[in-house]
Amino acid sequence: MHLKAFLLNALDSATSGGRRYHVWMGTLTLVMLVGAYAYWVQLRDGLQVTGMTDHVSWGLYISNFTFLVGLAAAAVMLVLPAYILEDVDFSRAVLVAEGVAVSALSMCLAFVVVDIGNPLASWHLAPLLGLLNFPRSLLAWDVVVLNVYLALNLAIPLYILYNHYAGRTVEKSSYLPFMYLSVFWAVSIHMVTAFLLAGLPARPFWNSALLGPRFLASAFTAGPAFMILLLGLIRSETAYEIRDDTIQKLALITVVAAQINLIMLGSELFYKFYFPTEHSINAEYLFFGIDGHNALVPWVWTAIGMNLLATAILTAHPLRRNLKWLMPACLVLFIAIWIEKGLGLVIPGFVPSPLGEIVEYVPTWVELSVTAGIFAMGLFILTVLVRVALPIEMGHARSPYIVHEQPSARERARQRRDRRSRPAEQP
Amino acid sequence: MRTDRELTFEDVLRYAGAHEAQATFEAQETLLTVGRTERPEPTGSTDPDAPSACGCGGACGREDAGAGGEVGSSALDKRVDRRNALRMLFGAAAIGSQVASACTPLSGATEAEREAKLLEWEEYFKGHFKLMTAEEKAATIRRLERLTELRKGVSVGISSTDAQPGVVFGYAFNISKCQGYRNCVDACVSENNQDRNSRMQYIRIFEMEDGVVDLDHADATFQHEVPAEGHFYLGTQCFQCANPPCVPVCPVQATWQEPDGIVVVDYDWCIGCRYCLAACPYWARRFNWGPPEVPAEELNPRQHYLGNRLRKKGVVEKCTFCIQRSRAGRLPACAEACPTGARVFGNLLDPDSEIRWVLENKNVFRLKQDLNTEPRFWYFTD
Repeated sequence: MHLKAFLLNALDSATSGGRRYHVWMGTLTLVMLVGAYAYWVQLRDGLQVTGMTDHVSWGLYISNFTFLVGLAAAAVMLVLPAYILEDVDFSRAVLVAEGVAVSALSMCLAFVVVDIGNPLASWHLAPLLGLLNFPRSLLAWDVVVLNVYLALNLAIPLYILYNHYAGRTVEKSSYLPFMYLSVFWAVSIHMVTAFLLAGLPARPFWNSALLGPRFLASAFTAGPAFMILLLGLIRSETAYEIRDDTIQKLALITVVAAQINLIMLGSELFYKFYFPTEHSINAEYLFFGIDGHNALVPWVWTAIGMNLLATAILTAHPLRRNLKWLMPACLVLFIAIWIEKGLGLVIPGFVPSPLGEIVEYVPTWVELSVTAGIFAMGLFILTVLVRVALPIEMGHARSPYIVHEQPSARERARQRRDRRSRPAEQP
Repeated sequence: MRTDRELTFEDVLRYAGAHEAQATFEAQETLLTVGRTERPEPTGSTDPDAPSACGCGGACGREDAGAGGEVGSSALDKRVDRRNALRMLFGAAAIGSQVASACTPLSGATEAEREAKLLEWEEYFKGHFKLMTAEEKAATIRRLERLTELRKGVSVGISSTDAQPGVVFGYAFNISKCQGYRNCVDACVSENNQDRNSRMQYIRIFEMEDGVVDLDHADATFQHEVPAEGHFYLGTQCFQCANPPCVPVCPVQATWQEPDGIVVVDYDWCIGCRYCLAACPYWARRFNWGPPEVPAEELNPRQHYLGNRLRKKGVVEKCTFCIQRSRAGRLPACAEACPTGARVFGNLLDPDSEIRWVLENKNVFRLKQDLNTEPRFWYFTD
């Protein structure tokens, strides 16, 4: 009976709100509908309606996929200290982080689905029914690790929220093993995605031992930066309490990761350009253009400029501690990583082709619309998850079937004070 | 485990009254236990060329609800494997939707369109080519041949000839002889039924300045009289590598190397992820970005399941050394079409073959040998 109430309450939380909330959700729905129409066009006519060709055979979809895998993985940066190291600061933010992971993973899977040419055959990937090429194909690995990570990030918060809703104490030991697993898994989803590209000797641009670590560094830059923005928004829009030191700790993670990411970028640039070889040609295309083909050049330099600027701001203690500087810097950093790791990573792998031919890639309206639609879907999912989780975590939403008394105001205050574990109601 | 697969789904269709013509399957006595409903006569045109008036693409049937209902119950009585169960589940759902569309009075699909739709439906649930039994292979080939006949009006023969023992194919390309005429490219396109809309070509002929093999400064899109002064020509296609990087990356094992060295694609198993396109260091693979189009009068009717049979939208394809020809003891179309004799093809295991003579007597090289792909495609000069 708790379950029914829980679901009804979730539906109620997700559908009720002020005018701004409805405008926001309505806008997202509209963008999703435009995306759905564009996807229908793509299904009808084939991938020829995209800008992709035999030369540049992956485009905007896979670019966003690689970026969002990083965002999903970065949830671990909060999970790790909050659950395992018992860092109380993060416990309030961690459910939000898991919501980000779920939403990012939904977008990842959607980007893979819209990228495949014969989606009706996707049951060939299904265990038992199909013929998954595991463990040889890294793409098969990715299918496995992403789905398991999605399951973990859905199950753990749901278990915690549901029990809180039903007024039960959640024993830490009941979910801790899964938390450890999900920490390990977060790293693995990103390494597997990097290996998917790095394992191709045909593409020297990706065929680098540094790609995996670079993926992690950029993920742990963009992920916490996004979390800072989101927590800032939640703090200003709701009564949910996010303390300053939570945000400051996240900012510290962001800036350290951003610095490591820049070191790796510098290392990559040195390796490619100190003594350029045949294998530097894709990097040459990306950073300088070849024979007037320079579609990505403005993008990548914009990204590097933004990256440097934001990292400099975050590195200066007084600026990082000032939210007026911190928030814009995080936004700039997030966009910079999106360009660097999306467009700037996948597409130059294809230009020039392995036989030296240069065919450039420009996304079409279909790709842009589908991409916008998937991002809208991700934000929609994130909004709903946050909407449902916060009232429960704040103690506002409780099952009407709880027989025990609610903890007194004093009890709740005491819990907030010491927060040794997640807020849990005493019987 | 896969017993009764064809039988069961044929039954599903048969109960629906939709597939009488082809009901030549065993154990038909099970049908007797199910009362069949009379199927109303089609209301639309029976001219095979007439377009579907209902706009459903010919999928709509005119079965009544009773027939659809019986499908579900009778199907459940049978011994089925997982894929079969899925197939029946979806089959029942599809027939249900046909029932729904039966209310449309103008469902004017022709018999041919209906048959084609049902054949496509069966094709959708077939397994991986390498896991099919001989009967299953024969059945899918029958369906594919019939589909081409229905869709194109052309009668084709699709072979599934296996690799012959003691044969591994190899290719050698004489860069002294090639003059850049590109007869090979045209022969390849018409032999292998490649999409004419996107002008898909497996072969690329690179024009380079005399002196050095440098693909980075080569031109594969030249449009001038050949041979151009001071230039030479080098052709690429799939090299059928002995260690192909494109094969292990496929997430569904839709591409593999045959015992005679040919790397093939099961077009009906490919999901179209294009990971293999990214993995090939020689840019040998092609993708059907749109629905492939081959005019009926240009269709090559001599086909192979793993070769030049008609492909579909959203799947990968590639050069197979003309598997439909080479396994029948003929030269690939490109080698046959070359007017200069620059192309040498043969069995690497036959010590008397021309390819062996070239490998033993010429200075040969391969592209990107440092990648350890071991191409079975060599270049040489006179």
